[in-house]
Order: sequence, then structure tokens, then C-alpha cells
Amino acid sequence: MPAGARLLYEAAILATGEPPLFPHRHLLGIEGLSRGDIETVLDLAEDYVALNRRADKRGNALAGLTQINMFFEASTRTQASFELAGKRLGADVMNMTVAASSVKKGETLIDTAMTLNAMRPDLLVVRHPASGAVNLLASKVECAVLNAGDGRHEHPTQALLDALTIRRRKGRLSRLTVAICGDIAHSRVARSNMILLGRMENRVRVIAPPTLLPAGIERMGVEVFQDLRAGLDGADVVMMLRLQRERMDGALVPSMREYYHRFGLDAEKLALAKPDAIVMHPGPMNRGVEIDGTLADDINVSVIQEQVEMGVAVRMAAMDLLARNLRARAA
Amino acid sequence: MTVLVNVRLIDPERDRVVAGGLVISGGVIAEVFEGPRPGGVDCGGMALAPGIVDLGVKVGEPGERHTESFRSAGAAAAAGGVTTIVTRPDTLPAIDEPERLEFILRRAVEATPVNVLPMAALTRGREGREMTEIGFLMDAGAVAFTDAAAVANPRVFQRCLTYAAGLGALIVGHPQDPVLSAGACMTSGQFASQLGLPAVSPMAERIGLERDLALVEATGARYHADQISTARSLPALARARAAGLRVTAGASIHHLTLNEFDVGDYRTFFKLTPPLRSEDDRAAMVQAVADGLIDVIGSFHTPQDEEEKRLPFEEAASGAVGLETLLPAAMQLHHAGLSLPLLWRALSLNPARLLGLAAGRLAPGAPADLVLFDPDAPFVLDRATLRSKSKNTPYDLRRMQGRVLRTWVGGREVYAREAR
Repeated sequence: MPAGARLLYEAAILATGEPPLFPHRHLLGIEGLSRGDIETVLDLAEDYVALNRRADKRGNALAGLTQINMFFEASTRTQASFELAGKRLGADVMNMTVAASSVKKGETLIDTAMTLNAMRPDLLVVRHPASGAVNLLASKVECAVLNAGDGRHEHPTQALLDALTIRRRKGRLSRLTVAICGDIAHSRVARSNMILLGRMENRVRVIAPPTLLPAGIERMGVEVFQDLRAGLDGADVVMMLRLQRERMDGALVPSMREYYHRFGLDAEKLALAKPDAIVMHPGPMNRGVEIDGTLADDINVSVIQEQVEMGVAVRMAAMDLLARNLRARAA
Repeated sequence: MTVLVNVRLIDPERDRVVAGGLVISGGVIAEVFEGPRPGGVDCGGMALAPGIVDLGVKVGEPGERHTESFRSAGAAAAAGGVTTIVTRPDTLPAIDEPERLEFILRRAVEATPVNVLPMAALTRGREGREMTEIGFLMDAGAVAFTDAAAVANPRVFQRCLTYAAGLGALIVGHPQDPVLSAGACMTSGQFASQLGLPAVSPMAERIGLERDLALVEATGARYHADQISTARSLPALARARAAGLRVTAGASIHHLTLNEFDVGDYRTFFKLTPPLRSEDDRAAMVQAVADGLIDVIGSFHTPQDEEEKRLPFEEAASGAVGLETLLPAAMQLHHAGLSLPLLWRALSLNPARLLGLAAGRLAPGAPADLVLFDPDAPFVLDRATLRSKSKNTPYDLRRMQGRVLRTWVGGREVYAREAR
């Protein structure tokens, strides 16, 4: 057990007589989480799904706490999701959008972190375009830090919300065949999902042209396919990734139409997966590039809207668990 | 006259270690003897070797004196057993005119106790467009020419090599394909992918080397590859050597003792150029040193101030200081099986020969540039104790073995470790 986690254990046992539910100071990635940790987050998130479906959605797990959302990269969906999650649990939420390009990148990162730290926030939600930037920031502040996506590294709450969606639809989160298709190389969502799904003992397939696969993929515990049809064969879950526009048009794939022809998901290709397969997408979608628009809207197979709903619940759960540790430490 | 007795003489030229001593007189080695001799300074059976000739040291003068001055670099060198530093021209501004080179030599004499030999830029402003005044710069004292980066345009590089060949100048190349390596801060592979960092294939180094070697073949220039770091480059190097090209190659001590995994959780002190490689590459490089395919080991001393390293990995500055840690880090290779004379060929004799210096030898008439050290003394490195102004060492808190005890330059003692 890392030293930080041991301290949390000791503090929690001193305060409550019980070990902490979630022995981590921050949520920086899926990498550091055990199977049990993942299940803890998902179990608590189930409660919050129920809460969020009530007319009165107010919880008080974060009452009195200050949450700062610091986004060095534009994001509407994730930022809104974290904001709503914090507000529903009673936190005082502040949003900061820092244009990373306007100042010399990163130079302000530690300064900003130190400044914010001095204002004594309790939860810091950070998105940054550089891999590892959130880890760096977490090492400089005393509050709990949640990674809302760093470069091509990790996006843990996205993987957790995907896991919750799968678990609710499939009734389990193991022994499933999950096909992840698209720009694996540049996707933090793919990175976090590969780790999480692998840790929960699923068969993970990645499907992409070789230019969109990261180096060393063959040693990451996944099966690699370069043919969408072969990769979809017998899949329980199909996860489509967004293809950034700058990667199309000759840079990494020859054209949008060739990509859609070979790697775009439509009803005909999906028929190769299991009959009850679900289709996921972290959003925002490029209709007609990686996924057929009609298919994305087909409520019989597409769980894309449900993913968004689960996102709020998972983020409530994650912040709640980290806040419990904060309270145990303060006690 | 100084007589050192009871030492283990590390003789890279004759590839042997013998018990004995030597006599220093008039700044040179007057006599080397085997066995005991009465009187003299008893060195307690410690190792005595020619001082290190460190090829490719960056000093922050001119332009970035806050990172390293000649005074601090000189003190670090002396404490590290480095008796000759061969400076890089990648300063602000670059050393691309004879007047700037003269500034370096003047500063070196007034501020450093060790020998300083400057390299000059190969192209003006290191921009890779027009060649510098190679002839004038040689007259002013430039020992070699390098841009400390790849000259991207092969036509420019070919002309530089051709012109330099006519003058017999040594060109120090940085073998790396500049387009493939642009923006990369790691070696491509599973680990870089997990960290989500932009990475470059080791092939970029080989492509750069193969290009340089082809141009050397075409021009007949003298060429030294500043840093080879991957197994992929070695066959090309061996072929060039077998074909009789005047080609030598160096490796940085960091690439011989560290690998990509040392980056760990985005630790920017391990961000180097070229990036740290796989363990297979590291092992192949150590073997290449043992085989003599790699001629020179250097520190590639690159001071960076703290702020430039306290950034997200992709944005952080690249490079590490190494003058003071070169010898202890090299001892890691010794304790892993490389003999001391073999290591000293790469640390001292070969770079001296490459530059036409008389240093690097334990023989009568050679300059008394010497280092006395204990190859076994263990310690934990605390970067705060380094004499460099910049403390960006990847060896911070590392358990090391090998301590410099005393250093002489031209017979004058420039460093003595205080007894504790």
C-alpha cells in the first residue's frame, strides 16, 4: 500500500473505527484503482442514479465543501457534468476556464495551483491538454484532485461512467467482450477504459487502422483488430471513439469517407455483434464519420444518452468518496 | 615536484591496473612507477586515472548564466574528476563567431580551474542555413564544430562537411531525423503510450545516423556522432567503421545507466534529448562501449533552471547536469563488469585523441591531469550538494558508488575532498 493510502487508512480508522471505503487521496487515473475500488465507486453511483431520478435531487454529501472546476481545455459536457454533480451534493462550485494558449502553457500551472490552494478548496477538478499535468498539480495542493482528462493519458470518470452503463445494461462487468473502435492512439478515454475493463476481467478488443494505434498496444492486454467486421464478431459492447477532424484528411487516415467505409459503425456491421450488443460513444459524436446517425439514435441499441446520465452519478460518487477521506483526515 | 605513492594506476592506454605511483613535475607526469616507493603522498591504495575529458558540456555563458557560469561549471568539473570540459556552442547567442569563441576562452581562464576547450557552431545561429567561419574559428581555438542538433537540410550539411574536410576540422553531428523527432519527449513503446506522451521511434536516430554517414562517405570529413542511444544505430556505425570512414561515436552516461521506466510518474529530471530508451537499448549500448564501438562516454551536461523543469512533462525543458555525477555513474558500469581501463578509454583517452590532446594517458610527458578516486565508496546523492548552479540531476536520492577524492589539472590540485 502506498504511504498516502496508509495514512488515509490510519486517519479513517482513528476517526470512524473503520477503514476508508476508497483509500485514495485523489482520482488521477484508473491505473491506481483495484477491482474493489472500482466496484465501490459504481455501487455508490447506483444510489446517486436513484437520487438523480427523483424530483428532489438534493444530497448533502459535499455540503460546506468548495469545488473548483479548472479546465485548461475547452469542454462543455464534462464540465457541466462535474458542476451538476457538485451542486446536487451541496458543494459550492466555481468554474474556471483557463485558456492554455493565451499564457505560456504550464508556466502558470503550478502558480495557479498554489494560488487556488491558498483559497482552501476541497475538491479540484482539472482538465489539461498535457499528459501528467494533473498528477503534477495534485502533488502541489492539499485538496483532493479529480482528473477530468489529461492529454492522452487518462480520463477516469469517463471509464467509470462507461463501466456503470455496461454493468446496468449487462448485469455484470466481467466476462464480456468489449470492442473499442477508433482513434485509440490519441484517446485518453480508450486508455482508461482498456485499463478498467481489463482489470474487471473482460476481453477487450481494439479496432483501428495501424496509424491510430499506440506503440506497444500488443503488450497492453488487448486483442488488436484492423478489420471492424472481425472485431465486432460476437461483441457484447461496442464502444466508438470520436475521430478528431485534424486526424482525418491524409494525416493519419486518407479521408473521412474511406474511414467511414472501413471503420464507421452502421446497422449492417453491428449485426455481426451479439444480438443484444449495446453501442456506446463518449461524445461528442461525428455522425457519418465514426457512427451512423440513425444507429446512434436507436434507443434499442444505443446507450449514449444513458452514458451522460451515468456520468453525473459517477462523478457524485467519486467526489463523495474523496470528501469522506477529507473529513476523516480533518477529524 | 609531487610524488604520489600507494595508488592503483588506471592505465587506459595499456589496458591495465597496477599498484604503484607517479611523479608530477612542471605540470606534467615525470615518471610512472610500479610497486612501493618510500616518501611521497600516500594515497591509501586508491585508484588514480587520467582526468576525464568531457565532450559536449553546456555552460550557461553567454546568455544563461543563472543556470551555470564558468565558475560553477569549473567547480563542478573539478569535484567530478573532469579535467577538461569541451563546451557546446548552443548558448545565447550561439558561439558562431570568433569573437564569441574568444569570450569563452577568456572567461574560462579567469573562472575555471580546469581546461576548457570550446566547440563552435557549424552554422550561423545554429539555424542550419549558412556555415560559420570554420577557418577563423579554428584559428581562434575551436576544437570541433557542431550545432548540438541535427542540421536538417542535407545539402547544407554536405557543404559544411565538404568545407570542414578541407580544413581537417572535426564535425560533431547529432544523429536524429528532425521531422520524426519533432515534439517527441519519450521513446515510442508501451510505456510512452501508457503515459500518453508524444514519442519517437529509435529509428529516427538511425535514419539521422545513416544520412550523416552517407554524407561522410561522400565528403571524407571527420565525423563524431555526439550521442548514440539505441541498438538500432549500432550496425550502421559498425559498417561505417569497417568501411574505413573516419567516424567515431559517443554515448551519454545517462543513456548507459537509466532507461525509459525511470521517467516513472512524469519526472521531468529524466527528460533528456534523445529521450531515455528501453532497457534492451541501454544494455546494447553498454555492450557497444565494451566492444569499443562507442568511443566516448560523456555527461552531456545540460543545466536547466528549476522553473523550466517544474512543468508538465511535454512542456518541461530537456537535459540533465552531469559533470559531478559522471564518474560515480560510470562506476555503476564498472561494478556491473566493465574494467576501469576500458571505461577510462571512453572517458578520457579516446576523447583526448579525437581532439588531438596529449591528455588521457598515464605516461611520462603527458599533462598531469589526474583524478584520484575510491571506486567503491557508497553514498546517496543529494542534489542540493551539487556545485552546479542548476541541480537538475536524474540521480537525486540515488544510491551510488564511487567518490572523487582529489583532482589535479596541470599538476595543480584543483579539488580535494574534505575528510568527514
